[in-house]
Amino acid sequence: MANPRYGLAEKLDKATLLEMYRQLVLLRRFEEKTAQQYGLQKIGGFCHLYIGQEAVAVGVEAALNDDDYVITAYRDHGQALARGTPPGEVMAEMFGKATGCAKGKGGSMHLYDIPRHFYGGWGIVGAQIPLALGTAWASKYRGDNRVTVCYFGEAAVNQGAFHEALNMASLWKVPAVFICENNRYGMGTPISVSSAEVEVYKRGCANKVPGEAVDGLDVLAMYDAAKRAVDYCREGNGPFLLEARTYRYRGHSMSDPAVYRTREEVEEERKRDPIPRLRDYLTSKKKVKEDELVAIEEQVEKDVDAAVKFAEESPWPDPSQLYEDVYAMPIRPGESK
Amino acid sequence: MRELTFREALNEALDEELGRDPDVFLMGEEVGAYNGAYKVSKGLLDKYGPRRVIDAPISELGFAGLGVGAAMVGLRPIIEVMTWNFAILAMDQIVNTAAKMRYMSGGALKCPVVFRGPNGAAHSLAAQHSQFFEAQYAYFPGLKVIVPGTPADAKGLLKAAIRDDDPVCFMESETMYAWKGMVPDGEHIVPIGVGDIKREGTDCTVVAWGRALKIAMDGAEALAKEGINVEVVDPRTIRPLDEQIIVNSVRKTGHCVIVEEGWPYFNVGSTISDIVQRACFDSLDAPVMRVTGADVPMPYSMALEKLARPDADSVVKTVKLTLNVR
Repeated sequence: MANPRYGLAEKLDKATLLEMYRQLVLLRRFEEKTAQQYGLQKIGGFCHLYIGQEAVAVGVEAALNDDDYVITAYRDHGQALARGTPPGEVMAEMFGKATGCAKGKGGSMHLYDIPRHFYGGWGIVGAQIPLALGTAWASKYRGDNRVTVCYFGEAAVNQGAFHEALNMASLWKVPAVFICENNRYGMGTPISVSSAEVEVYKRGCANKVPGEAVDGLDVLAMYDAAKRAVDYCREGNGPFLLEARTYRYRGHSMSDPAVYRTREEVEEERKRDPIPRLRDYLTSKKKVKEDELVAIEEQVEKDVDAAVKFAEESPWPDPSQLYEDVYAMPIRPGESK
Repeated sequence: MRELTFREALNEALDEELGRDPDVFLMGEEVGAYNGAYKVSKGLLDKYGPRRVIDAPISELGFAGLGVGAAMVGLRPIIEVMTWNFAILAMDQIVNTAAKMRYMSGGALKCPVVFRGPNGAAHSLAAQHSQFFEAQYAYFPGLKVIVPGTPADAKGLLKAAIRDDDPVCFMESETMYAWKGMVPDGEHIVPIGVGDIKREGTDCTVVAWGRALKIAMDGAEALAKEGINVEVVDPRTIRPLDEQIIVNSVRKTGHCVIVEEGWPYFNVGSTISDIVQRACFDSLDAPVMRVTGADVPMPYSMALEKLARPDADSVVKTVKLTLNVR
């Protein structure tokens, strides 16, 4: 980690690098604000923060085309924001407001942004993996040159859905990058307690899916690995399993105080925080001026404040929305005359 | 009109829709080279090739999810389950994903997928292969459930299901695939959610669908010989249910018997009873009665299986009971 070799990331231009920095800061500040609003009971339900894992979504996003498919589980705020979903629409969704990106019907775990090809936002561990198999299969069926990126946690690879999907993805050589965000804990259970093989990238081998592990706390390493994986899939070689070794600073969800790990462990991981690492790289290697970074940080603060204001001031869904969107045409059972 | 078997009628529907719409594909265990576990997909691999007719590994959860994911981005998958008993393994994708997608996304997503295959008991297949699932799937808002009782309805409703923008569970029957019936020539589509009076009558309404429709019709035939004039109503679709056609019939006859092959508790008939007692309270001359399978896992032995399944005789007895005819 001391001398990272950044491969394809060495070729990123300054504008792209600054955008990646902006996204990292946005995801961090947005989630800090989310935690605050959850504490104020403006946000309900299960709410899983992305703090600590930002480099994964941001690094991968930089490696994607705008029309590639992105799909993830319930820890989905970061992926939506990295895809470009306006922060106000994400915050409004969590507030349960009509202006949310799912009209207030999904909440924190079910964010969608179909115009930006972000397909959610799914609440059952591992269930999004067969869905990603389906979107990638559709791309191959149509020959549309899209790649599907599917995120899941390291605990999801113990689901049958993971293995069934990887077998078919490999059998039919569909363009899917399966990205395991290995934050080392499935809720409160460490991976060593749940998994016989803790090196997740090896778990594709039974299905002939090549894998690689990458430092998921380093956005440039993340980009490099993701770009190579995405290119591999787009070239028609079949799926790829990328293990991003990351860490979440907070509990599994807002209701988890995370007492199953030590303060020392968390402090040790924080030393590898992706935001100062990219900041140092930009100022030392790319000669970016401090002022420029401060300006980005200040703008993000404003954007996040504006997102909360937007959510706060947005209307609640109309009661008529209760029965909308169940079927293509409204069906109200029990109304025979 | 031509006489076709259920199998041929379903095959025609698949063939016509695969031919009409390039976004339609058929995937499932043994659907291709084997021509279908029950030969419903016979000839389709030869005609449409392996891109459109795909043999899946035995991974029900996985390929059901593939269908849901492909539908989410606009294709129209037909996912064949070898039987609905095996679809229990796929239920997470059907119930938690397909059924919820449109609502959870605030209408941004749709899921035009069809899951189809045989439902219910055949002969001596024992408990794990002899279950009726229409009540389970009809329970979930977001799903549509179709259980056709004639070859014509099977063809017309399967075509409608494939064209529908919501996820549809389409339930056939192993024992019915060889049954014959008249099917209209040319384009034949039956709208989802519209029931059908299969036999007109005045004395008692009998509601039945799928294979139970035949049981009800046989019972009605026997009763007619005794001068009892039964009206057989086939809802064809369990969800959305054509409540009005049932209610109108019961208001006319004043009596209602529901015939269902599944178990008695918490089944489709329970809900129909609830609808009828509320909407027809002033018309009913007797309590709503139900004919169902026995409340046991299906036994293997022919001697016991016979006792566990409703037949025309049980329909006759129940109709007479509700009419107070000895």
